[in-house]
Amino acid sequence: MRKSLQELEQIVPQIRRDIVRMVHAVQSGHPGGSLGCAEFFTAMFFNVMDYAPSPFSKDGHNEDVFILSNGHISPVYYATMARAGYFDVKELSTFRKINSRLQGHPATEEGLEGVRIASGSLGQGLSVACGVAQAKKLREDDKTVYCLCGDGELQEGQNWEAIMFAGHNKLDNLILTVDFNKQQIDGSTVDIMGFSELGSKFEAFGWEVLHMNGNELGDVLRGMGAALAASRQNKPVVVIMHTEMGHGVDFMMGSHEWHGIAPNDEQLSSALAQNAETLGDY
Amino acid sequence: MIQFDIQAQKDTRSGFGAGLLELGRTNDRVVGLCADLTGSLKMDAFQKEFPARFVQAGIAEANMIGMAAGLATGGMIPFTGTFANFSTGRVYDQIRQSVAYSHKNVKICASHAGLTLGEDGATHQILEDIGLMKMLPNMTVINPCDYNQTKAATIAIAEHDGPVYLRFGRPKWPVFTPEDQTFRIGKAWTIQEGNDVTIVATGHLVWKAIQAANELEAKGISAAVINIHTIKPLDEEAILESVGRTGCVVTAEEHQMNGGLGDSICQLLARKHPAPIEMVAVNDHFGESGKPEELLAKYGLDTPDVVAAAERVMRRK
Repeated sequence: MRKSLQELEQIVPQIRRDIVRMVHAVQSGHPGGSLGCAEFFTAMFFNVMDYAPSPFSKDGHNEDVFILSNGHISPVYYATMARAGYFDVKELSTFRKINSRLQGHPATEEGLEGVRIASGSLGQGLSVACGVAQAKKLREDDKTVYCLCGDGELQEGQNWEAIMFAGHNKLDNLILTVDFNKQQIDGSTVDIMGFSELGSKFEAFGWEVLHMNGNELGDVLRGMGAALAASRQNKPVVVIMHTEMGHGVDFMMGSHEWHGIAPNDEQLSSALAQNAETLGDY
Repeated sequence: MIQFDIQAQKDTRSGFGAGLLELGRTNDRVVGLCADLTGSLKMDAFQKEFPARFVQAGIAEANMIGMAAGLATGGMIPFTGTFANFSTGRVYDQIRQSVAYSHKNVKICASHAGLTLGEDGATHQILEDIGLMKMLPNMTVINPCDYNQTKAATIAIAEHDGPVYLRFGRPKWPVFTPEDQTFRIGKAWTIQEGNDVTIVATGHLVWKAIQAANELEAKGISAAVINIHTIKPLDEEAILESVGRTGCVVTAEEHQMNGGLGDSICQLLARKHPAPIEMVAVNDHFGESGKPEELLAKYGLDTPDVVAAAERVMRRK
């Protein structure tokens, strides 16, 4: 059942609460990129994608498949999947703890429903998504493969192998979203290794390039709708998603400082005060 | 005396190509991927007959491994093909995370392994691949000894649900195992029982081990010969049973001493049946250009080296 924009707007603050509570509880994890993608994940799992969370289909046959490449934003991935019904939200309390299925970076080893591939070592997800897209074509499955990667992650050369492959082979059932938050661990991407003309780079490899504001739910729905409309036209599609790292928690916003550190008790209270408990905390 | 008719001289990579072609005809989930080495890997017949199920990855091995993981995710059985060096060392992190840790049903098929690729030299002669791959949890490691066994292994691994590293080579080599053999993953093949020394060999060196056993027999020494085509999981029972009788072991492989078959056998013996062991393997050295037989002789992997190792290890009993 696809949720309306108004319903999605109720889910997003709860996802943000889940993210900061998970990271705070274990005093580790990656809140910045997770928070910046809360709107995107909410839109994807509650509106855009056509899939059934239960029973979990490992091969995702005849459903849309989502491949997360930047696995460190596992808090938003887990929170959204739990809220979408892949597993019990209570399990979010086990994040990064011993004997948990919610590993620091997503894994299949512990059998967590919703995860089809391990990620964490960057630059691998788009290749995997290309493979799933080819499998769907071979099996005459007309559903879509979505992949999310970070912008800093595009410094990994394997991505460009995959970008070249997908363009050359016209993988038009593949939609990549780049989380363009312009931040990475050591600073801003502009300072470290910038991506001027990122869209032109994709276009040069034969991709259809779209843009959207990843922190505006309405624009995410518009952008991903446009991406789907642009698919199946002999080109892979990339959506350059402009986001702000840490979005929704004022003291974390726009800074790479919160890439991989956890809030303290006081900061947690402040973050929770900015995001209403709409669905009930886990 | 071990007597085999040499049926032909064929390269093991052609056994892979023949096996893959047969799989293409019998299993519509089988997909071939190759990184610009279709002819070298003998995947051209598969490509020609099943163009829709063949993926030309270009010179981009990391992406090829990732795509294979994705194809497996989507329900296919991908077989990747490139040289052993580019199948392992170049893409280790991709295999570790996207294939082994993710439990993907990917078959990593690697040609030109070891010294016997010859003239291309050390850049291409990977001697560390068995070690790299056997260290990965969930990974099965197979190194068949001739054309027929490689073909049978290729067909067998399609039935195994999980990641497999299949290692084979470039040179024409004696074909001596039966054409109609059943390949059982993890099941050693005891070619000959013996009482004085156990020779455990894998890959091309199984043939050398057989020649060595015959030379030893002429000297009055009874050598058991075990063909370990599956290095992981190791058939511990077959090895221990033989060593229980002979009390000493020689291992023979086209690989570094560190991390190879010999290293696995050492661990097994140390844990379960301490016994003297000598390892015929490359000793912490890179290879070089040359003819296969010249290289095997220079790096101590030839029949006389196996014979000498057997005599050495027997004196240590």
